Amino acid sequence: MKSHVFRPLLVVIGLVVIVLIIRVFYVPKDFGIHERGYMYGWYREGNIEEWKTQVKVKYQGKEYCSGCHADKVQTIDKTPHAVIQCENCHGPANDAIADHPSEQRPKLTIDKTRGQCLRCHSKLHYPSSGRDKIRGIDPDKHNPDIECVMCHNPHKPSLEGLK
Amino acid sequence: MNRRDFLKNTVKGVAGLGISAAAIEFLNPKDILANINKDTAKVRWAFLVNTYKCVGCGFCVKACKQENEIPYDANVTRTWVERYVITKDGKRYADTPKGARDGFITTKIEMGKDKFQEVKDEDIQKAFFVPKLCNQCENPPCVQVCPVGATYQAPDGVVLVDRTWCIGCGYCIMGCPYGVRFFHPKYHTAEKCNFCYHRITKGLKTACVQACPFGARQIGNIKDPNDPITKIILTERVGILKEEFGTKPQVFYIGLDREVK
Ligand code: SF4
Ligand code: SF4
Repeated sequence: MKSHVFRPLLVVIGLVVIVLIIRVFYVPKDFGIHERGYMYGWYREGNIEEWKTQVKVKYQGKEYCSGCHADKVQTIDKTPHAVIQCENCHGPANDAIADHPSEQRPKLTIDKTRGQCLRCHSKLHYPSSGRDKIRGIDPDKHNPDIECVMCHNPHKPSLEGLK
Repeated sequence: MNRRDFLKNTVKGVAGLGISAAAIEFLNPKDILANINKDTAKVRWAFLVNTYKCVGCGFCVKACKQENEIPYDANVTRTWVERYVITKDGKRYADTPKGARDGFITTKIEMGKDKFQEVKDEDIQKAFFVPKLCNQCENPPCVQVCPVGATYQAPDGVVLVDRTWCIGCGYCIMGCPYGVRFFHPKYHTAEKCNFCYHRITKGLKTACVQACPFGARQIGNIKDPNDPITKIILTERVGILKEEFGTKPQVFYIGLDREVK
């Protein structure tokens, strides 16, 4: 055979061999076909552990808050706002930025904007949804220029709770 | 009957059949059970959404974005809430402004960039919210198309993305019939909901389930017959999205409507 066929062929074979050698070192041992077979089963097993352990939990939940702020949690538990997690308004207690509580116990950022209340209390007449049953206001008519917290205490939302 | 009429009627008839069948179809517990008992894994995570309970407050979306570090102002999110408004004269509107990150606070429905539609209360026939997220399909097309094995299904059913392995080709984003995938603006790898894998494997609830004040979202182990969500899925009328694709979603819905796509 003429060498003008042979030489490129050798080059190609050489490249394939090099790629295969690199592959042996580059691809981790735990990468391969697992239970689900050829169609669904390819993955690097170690990644499961990485997802489990390397990602930080940020939202802690109400129980965690009541550990130190039992009084606050008890008051709110007597109101319809009992269903709302503290962190929905106060922000995640274990944030990448503010590790609460840490040595310095940084304050959490409280969302006191109108928008935060309107999420539920902007009146929407949606008959096939629970939204219809929540007491709501028309945001354009009900004191449009001031924050709700000027009159309503979110921990005791009825006007009698105002202090 | 001329040919045109014949074609017209056939199309109408077939469309009508499709609708009536779809409207009464619920998942058969036998099928679900067959699926559950297929392998020996002890845990298979599943999600249950009750659309009657959802009020569109969007606390779930907010918590999800923060828990999973999806840049807050980027227009991508792992879970979102859609609003459906159907009027008495049969018009159907749907929107999800910013994925409902800030909830639904106005009656105006977003119709595209800076265009809004006002629907009068008295014209509304039905209106409701539908939270959506990755379905963690039993037969995940995204896993099937990923050329490098970066998107995969863990033995407990959750579809995960290996960020060190993803080459950012976007096949999985194209392959997912539910449009739940996007590129993470920071990592530049494929991203999607993974049922807060770092939380559920520690015995916690997902961030969205914890944040939802109305119990519209629940997560559980469908392999455990005593799990509250397993009981509901097997005994109540639940539906899944786009059943015809055969992907076998593990996110189940109570109060699904054929308007929901
Ligand atoms: S974008 Fe990443 S995860 Fe998706 S198919 Fe490509 S390599 Fe796989
Ligand atoms: S937090 Fe619950 S009620 Fe609010 S939008 Fe999400 S699922 Fe619906």
